[in-house]
Amino acid sequence: MSLLDIDVREKAFGKTIVLHDIKLSLDDSQAAVLLGPSGCGKSTLLRIAAGLDKQFSGSVSVKTGQDGNTKSPPVAFVFQEPRLMPWLTVSQNIGFADGAKYDTGRVNGLIADVGLTGHAATLPKALSGGMAQRVAIARALYTEPRILLLDEPFSAVDAFTRMKLQDLVLKLVEQRGISFLLVTHDIDEALYLGDRIYVMGAGDGGIQHDLSVDVPRPRDRRAARLAELKSDVLTALQAAHVI
Amino acid sequence: MTISTHEFRGEAQDEQIKTRSSRASSRIIAKIVSVDLRGAIVPVGALALLELFVRMGWISPYVLPPPSDLYETFLYLAEGPLWTNIGASALRVLTGFVIGSLLAVIVGSVVGLWYSAERYLEPSFQALRAVPSLAWVPLLMIWFGIGETSKIVLIAKSAFFPVYLSLFSGIRNVDRKLVEVGEMYRQPLPVLVWRILIPASLPHLFTGLRYGLSLAWLSVVAAELLAASEGIGYMLSDGRELSRPDLVLIAIICLAVLGKVSDSLFKLIEDRCLSWRDSYATAIGGRPA
Repeated sequence: MSLLDIDVREKAFGKTIVLHDIKLSLDDSQAAVLLGPSGCGKSTLLRIAAGLDKQFSGSVSVKTGQDGNTKSPPVAFVFQEPRLMPWLTVSQNIGFADGAKYDTGRVNGLIADVGLTGHAATLPKALSGGMAQRVAIARALYTEPRILLLDEPFSAVDAFTRMKLQDLVLKLVEQRGISFLLVTHDIDEALYLGDRIYVMGAGDGGIQHDLSVDVPRPRDRRAARLAELKSDVLTALQAAHVI
Repeated sequence: MTISTHEFRGEAQDEQIKTRSSRASSRIIAKIVSVDLRGAIVPVGALALLELFVRMGWISPYVLPPPSDLYETFLYLAEGPLWTNIGASALRVLTGFVIGSLLAVIVGSVVGLWYSAERYLEPSFQALRAVPSLAWVPLLMIWFGIGETSKIVLIAKSAFFPVYLSLFSGIRNVDRKLVEVGEMYRQPLPVLVWRILIPASLPHLFTGLRYGLSLAWLSVVAAELLAASEGIGYMLSDGRELSRPDLVLIAIICLAVLGKVSDSLFKLIEDRCLSWRDSYATAIGGRPA
């Protein structure tokens, strides 16, 4: 059994079927990417995996640790927007899962890890978009999850901040041995971050194609192999009538 | 061909930069000294004009006593019944407001959180809200007599609805995306309410509380005008019966001052609790004049 198994037989909003017969699994320390156009149901699939959307037929199973720690879920989610509580400081937002009794040591460690040293007491209104998303990433890591689900987490920041945040997530995830499932519509991002890329078709097309990225890490964004794979992805997207 | 250019200068002048760099203690002193006096221009000007009109004989002092007479009446009252009256009214407002708004917070949370409670309760509340507070007075007097209880019930009832309505709409308007963050951590409903719904609806709640407080002052006067042996409303009816416009005016001024002071205190608490807001008002203090 893999770390995360998703089996969605059907998911519909009203009469519109968005997901149909989709099976997906995530192994230990694996980086999987869902790539597809807007409206293909990739975010919905991620929300189902997170347990945020329960109105579907099918099943999701997450392998829990041996210690059977059920208090904090083994899955954490980074949303497209930072979604910080505006009335809480950076530290309080990061430790949100534990409320007022958050672990100060762990929070301070995370603040340093995401490069926000000195901003512990800052309120979200004083943060830039990239900084706020760093806090959101730290908040997701606070519960020490085994799986990180990311829903287009870098789509609202500029291109340079995006590259920095991508490297940050890769670093943090590798340090902790976390697997992640990322949803994106950015081909370069998918190739740079993913071990395996699932290409989704438009409508309820489902997973049309999957390919593994056989480029060792750390990767160079300019690597020739990535460019070759990009043309494969483009072909797959064309075959799936996405472009 | 003309080339039009559009230039503008930064608004942070040297003066502001200087105050920013000054020490914290001197900044606090500067804040106390620089109380905005622009708000005093209208009332002080009106009083001066009034004094002038009465002195010139344009208005009879029996219709509108001049401010100097008012001051004497005030000094006379200040030795005796004024403070008792103010104290009695303030106590009634405080008691009624606390009871009314506490009930409103409880009922508002329940109706805001559970849609089924809304189905059962909202129509009745809306219908009750449409009844003017004063319409309840005869009934309250039959039930509770003309003592303190009927007055406090009336004040509590007046404070209830604005607080209830604002909290209800505040909870309903909480960003679903923030609630989802709590759901992500499998937080049970009481925790979601305490950590997300209540803080997020505080801005709405404060607006309702301030409005409720002003309505509480309104009803205390109504209640005391009808039947009371002390209170600001009693001063008003006393003034009418004795044909003493100065007594009435002193009572009105007291109401204005008390209403303003209690609202300012509330505003202070609100600003402290809601300093996290990133809104138009907090960013630049509204539009500069």
